[in-house]
Amino acid sequence: MKVVVDMNKCQDHGQCVFAAPDVFSMDDEGHLVYVSDADDTLRDEVEEAADVCPLQAIRIEA
Amino acid sequence: MTGRIVVAGASMGGLRAAEQLRAAGWSGAITMVGDEPHMPYNRPPLSKEVLAGKAPFESLAFTPKAAAADVEWRLGTRAVAARLAERTVTLDDGSTLPYDGLVIATGMRPRRLGCPGPLTGRHTVRTLADAQGLRDALTRPGVRVVVVGAGFIGCEVAATAVGLGVREVTVVDPLPLPMVGPLGEQLGRALLKRHEERRVRFVLGTGVAGFEGDPGAPPSGGGGRVTGVVLSDGTVLPADVVVESVGSVANVEWLEGNGLDLSDGVLTDGQLRVGGRPEVVAVGDVARFPNARYDGVPRRVEHWSIPTDTAKHAAKALVAHLTGAQAELAPFAPLPTFWSDQHEFRLQSFGAPVLGKDDVRILDGDLDGDVLVGYHAGGLLVGVVALGGQAAAMGAARYRAQLLKQPALTA
Repeated sequence: MKVVVDMNKCQDHGQCVFAAPDVFSMDDEGHLVYVSDADDTLRDEVEEAADVCPLQAIRIEA
Repeated sequence: MTGRIVVAGASMGGLRAAEQLRAAGWSGAITMVGDEPHMPYNRPPLSKEVLAGKAPFESLAFTPKAAAADVEWRLGTRAVAARLAERTVTLDDGSTLPYDGLVIATGMRPRRLGCPGPLTGRHTVRTLADAQGLRDALTRPGVRVVVVGAGFIGCEVAATAVGLGVREVTVVDPLPLPMVGPLGEQLGRALLKRHEERRVRFVLGTGVAGFEGDPGAPPSGGGGRVTGVVLSDGTVLPADVVVESVGSVANVEWLEGNGLDLSDGVLTDGQLRVGGRPEVVAVGDVARFPNARYDGVPRRVEHWSIPTDTAKHAAKALVAHLTGAQAELAPFAPLPTFWSDQHEFRLQSFGAPVLGKDDVRILDGDLDGDVLVGYHAGGLLVGVVALGGQAAAMGAARYRAQLLKQPALTA
């Protein structure tokens, strides 16, 4: 599963980190880092992360 | 699977409900009824990025999940009546939709001030059209803006107006501090200071008695354009643009006549079911639901996280009923969360600070800088609010797990 975050939209709210901690995390400065090539078993979590993103910046491609 | 679920309301709660009905296994028809002409879009940017001219509409539209691609959209039309006993919804075009399941997702509309005076020049911020109209007004040179209501929306609009270069922005509220209802006095004072330092003027402890308009226009009946706001002490604040951010009213009139409790939104049980009817559920800010995490008192919650949380739970409950599954769902117990961006700082909240306003403790930092505030009830932490930059917000997030683990509060 390919995970895409529109970094022009992302404002580092961090809601995705709660929903899918295996895919999304915050670096020391509080900026988002994520795994773009995520395991398919994490699809439910990533969908949840996309739902709860305040900026709606997360997309799942394939 | 045959049958139809009607979703009344095609904003975020309605869309999430449709998606979650599919996720819960409903393969029958889904019909969405929405009064706005647009597909569902994200509203928080309306008082910020859209007003500031930084977000075009395309950037706000939600992308519906693939599973909901076959949903029927009836936009630009709204539900005007329902007969729950007969399982029908009547639309404003006169058509009647029979249903097997009904999702109530009609949301809220802005409350308007009933005091006398002209209507032109007075704005609210709920829809894209509202925000575009207000932006046009704010970007005229030399406008004087009065915001009535010092809640989150009012303060966001005031901050955005200052950011647009508006020189005179005044916020009026009968309460003594901004956002004091949800956040309490300490943060209210800290927020007042920050806004004043950024050229927002406040007139607090004062209500609005009326509006003044162009001379020559009829004094009442909505004639003319607003020129001033008359305060309850008789003072007149000159104004070219007035923003009314004084709360909201639930869109429930269409449900009248069914014996429901519509006193504040639509009352639900702990599974978001309405009126003891398992085929009717409510989602989003129109739903007044008991939260098993707290005291069980039904409340409406106007946070952005609630449409998604309620849709997920309500869809499971509704599909279980319609498919005859005997799934016993745990009571609905979401952890509320909200944020607000004002000037360059962010408020980030987890839990229910409003339930712990009598026991407020600074957990980290100080009120003049980045600060983390804890709200307690019965000695237990029930809510955390961060004010400041990203470090403060991350601090609040560290308390989220603790808030999730705590035993339910009892009244």
